[in-house]
Amino acid sequence: MTDQTISTKPSPEAIAARSVLLGRARWGWPEIAFWAIAVALYFLMPTKLMLLSEIAILGLLALSIDLVLGFAGIVTLGQGAFFGIGAYTAGLLARYGMGEAPWSDPLLGLLISGGVAAALGFVTSFLVLRGSDLTRLMVTLGVALIVEELVNQMKWLTGGSDGLQGVMPSAVMGVWEFDLYGKTAYVYSLTVLFVLFVIARRIVKSPFGLSLLAIKGNPLRTRAIGMPVNGRLVLIYTIAAFYAGVAGGLVAQTTQFASPDYVAFHRSADALLMLVFGGAGHLYGGLIGSVIFRVMQDVLGNITPQYWQFWLGMMLVLLVLFIRGGIIGLLMKMRGRIMRNRGPSA
Amino acid sequence: MNAAAPIVLESRQLLKQFGGITATDHVDFTLREGARHALIGPNGAGKTTFVNLLSGVLTPTSGSIFLGGRDITKWSARRRAHAGLARTFQINQLFADLTPVETLMLTIAERENAAWSWFRPVGARTDFVDEAVELLTTLGIADIAHLRVGELAYGKQRLLEIAVALAQKPKVLLLDEPAAGVPEHEREQILDVVAALPSSVALILIEHDMHLVFRFAKSISVLVNGAIFVEGAPDEIANDPRVRQVYLGEEVVHV
Amino acid sequence: MLTILFDGVAYGMLLFILAVGLCVTLGLMNFINLAHGAFAMAGGYLTITLMQRAGVPFLLCLPAAFIFSAFLGLILERTLYRHLYDKTHLDQVLFSIGLVFMAMAMVDYAYGANQQIVDLPSYLTGRLNFLGASIGVYRLFVIVICGLLALGLQLILTRTRFGSRLRAAVDDGRVARGMGIDVTSIFAVTFAVGSGLAGLGGALGTGIISFDPTFPLKYMIYFLIVISVGGTTTITGPFLASILLGVADVLGKYYVPAVGGFIIYTIMVLVLILRPQGLFARGPAR
Repeated sequence: MTDQTISTKPSPEAIAARSVLLGRARWGWPEIAFWAIAVALYFLMPTKLMLLSEIAILGLLALSIDLVLGFAGIVTLGQGAFFGIGAYTAGLLARYGMGEAPWSDPLLGLLISGGVAAALGFVTSFLVLRGSDLTRLMVTLGVALIVEELVNQMKWLTGGSDGLQGVMPSAVMGVWEFDLYGKTAYVYSLTVLFVLFVIARRIVKSPFGLSLLAIKGNPLRTRAIGMPVNGRLVLIYTIAAFYAGVAGGLVAQTTQFASPDYVAFHRSADALLMLVFGGAGHLYGGLIGSVIFRVMQDVLGNITPQYWQFWLGMMLVLLVLFIRGGIIGLLMKMRGRIMRNRGPSA
Repeated sequence: MNAAAPIVLESRQLLKQFGGITATDHVDFTLREGARHALIGPNGAGKTTFVNLLSGVLTPTSGSIFLGGRDITKWSARRRAHAGLARTFQINQLFADLTPVETLMLTIAERENAAWSWFRPVGARTDFVDEAVELLTTLGIADIAHLRVGELAYGKQRLLEIAVALAQKPKVLLLDEPAAGVPEHEREQILDVVAALPSSVALILIEHDMHLVFRFAKSISVLVNGAIFVEGAPDEIANDPRVRQVYLGEEVVHV
Repeated sequence: MLTILFDGVAYGMLLFILAVGLCVTLGLMNFINLAHGAFAMAGGYLTITLMQRAGVPFLLCLPAAFIFSAFLGLILERTLYRHLYDKTHLDQVLFSIGLVFMAMAMVDYAYGANQQIVDLPSYLTGRLNFLGASIGVYRLFVIVICGLLALGLQLILTRTRFGSRLRAAVDDGRVARGMGIDVTSIFAVTFAVGSGLAGLGGALGTGIISFDPTFPLKYMIYFLIVISVGGTTTITGPFLASILLGVADVLGKYYVPAVGGFIIYTIMVLVLILRPQGLFARGPAR
């Protein structure tokens, strides 16, 4: 469990604290159930695999926003920029790789997509270190608009408003070809989501993750205890950009298409909404939010697309007025009430 | 005061102006190793501004600050903290969403430059856990180690405020009204903590409560209108008619 | 060249009338109302409806649009917005985006997604020759109206009792409250007038910009640029910013259509980073 040499015998309180802290990093049964259901859906809903794959990808994008907003407290309306950059990077690699390894290899494509997005994230992170929520909001939005403008103007590379055609990634690990039913797409997207989720989970439970929560809570004190606040924010912003870039790469590979729609304002806004629906700051909020968002969009949007937007707006208004903390916040409040009724226990 | 002990913290002609207002007025100040120094003065005398200048929250208009002989005037608050300067705040500055034990572990990890670690859970550093718990036990708040800081009673938060600064293992500690707003029955706990600070730590105590000042301080500076009005041993200050005049209308100074 | 410059000024003036309410409410209550464009859209669509379906003369539609949007603003402020002043900026953003979505959906439902065009009365359609430049009569009309409005607003702010109270409330709401100024009702009135002006701007805009349900989102970005460049402490700041943006936008679209937007967004980000309080604002940021 540890590589530290313990000179003095720890007190009973210290031993208790160790187990409390390590217990917090352990997987609970609701978490295991969540992923078990995600796997089971592959078998239960074989006709909806493309939709499920899309949900997994949106969940990853929302997760990337959770890292910056839910943990570090940076309000962003520009995560779509990284998503779009990732999508075009993967798309271009697959297109000009012509289905030949190594350049059209999906996994390599994802790494490069994430890397390019992370590079942009690193550069732009210095713009969001300071300023109020409003400034950060407008700066991130501004960056996203610049990227959108670039994508639209560089027609020779991106295909402009028609989108990028002829994206042909080769088989995943050289074995699983992308199919029309989305079998490979879902397994691939869910696996990537899971791996990145596990890493994100380790990040937020680590001292680094704790320092992000501290910065969100009180930047003044974090500096007073000697924390390099700017460095921490740059790192998490860059990591989140990597996540969003990978999500973009996934969408380009699984749908074999990339369009300016991926960098549009509503992409960033939708992802933010999913996170807020689910509840920011718990990692699962974005995932749960993306499921609800996409399913509702599918159901309501099938009636008429206009209605969907109306209900989406309505839900947002109600959410802000009545259920802050999203679905997870609501669940935790309910659990808190049940625990209290059972009697006081730590 | 032991005049032979080396100087750990010093300010020279320190000046801070906000617009036309002079909040810190050419302050020359020295603090020696192991000092127990109180900084007193009427409301609005610029005590907190002075501490903010020393700790790097504010940048001075002119003048300089030395820590252990090094010019730290241009250093960030972060760098000063790593160099051994810790402070508490007059108004609690804690992390509401963390627990006390997490708060202290984070502080310790920062001190040991281990908080960049991102892959292993916080609890894996058992040495940090043990140190944090030990500190909480010393301060008598081990029972609340795992509660959310935002939900703690004010007195407990006040103790944690000091615990965070102690976890930094500072050479110089600035306590900004540590007992402010704490109910009477919890006050003793905080006084005991201050009394038990290791003698290797040089202490600056900003306080309104004269009982507290005369209980701990071995030397006192009186700050008036941003400038050092008078300095000396507690009994000198207590018997100085000018100080009495400054405090006229406020609490009468007793020894 | 002069013609384009003139068009740009007209467009900028229009942007100012559209955005000024948002600047004042942001400065006053530190509230980010991204749904401001929805009030402008309401005025625009009201004009379109009155003219196309009821045959109301254009000039009558302008005050009608002002009153309609002001009334709408007042109702929403009293029922919904006031619950959000003490919430976080993120909540305010989400809430107002929600309103935008609802407004867009409703307009789409009622009018369809097509662009709406208004037949302006003939006395506003011709062109004049002035110093060798061909000037649209309607643009001149817009400049005159908006210029008068801007002047009027400036006078109200600087010369009247209400104006001085409003400025006091913007400078420091708490102190103003302490001095017995009823900040709540000042805000309600300001919000309503700001919304009304947006509605009027929308009505005027029917002759220059095309209206479709995405209007609030498209113009939200322009409003944000006006705010970030102009600041929220004066109305001359937003005024100058609007003119600058209007001219830059028209010039950009005419001469360098490929990079126009790119330049404007870049300027916005740079201003935000270098002068967070706005390019034309006085004093340091709060």
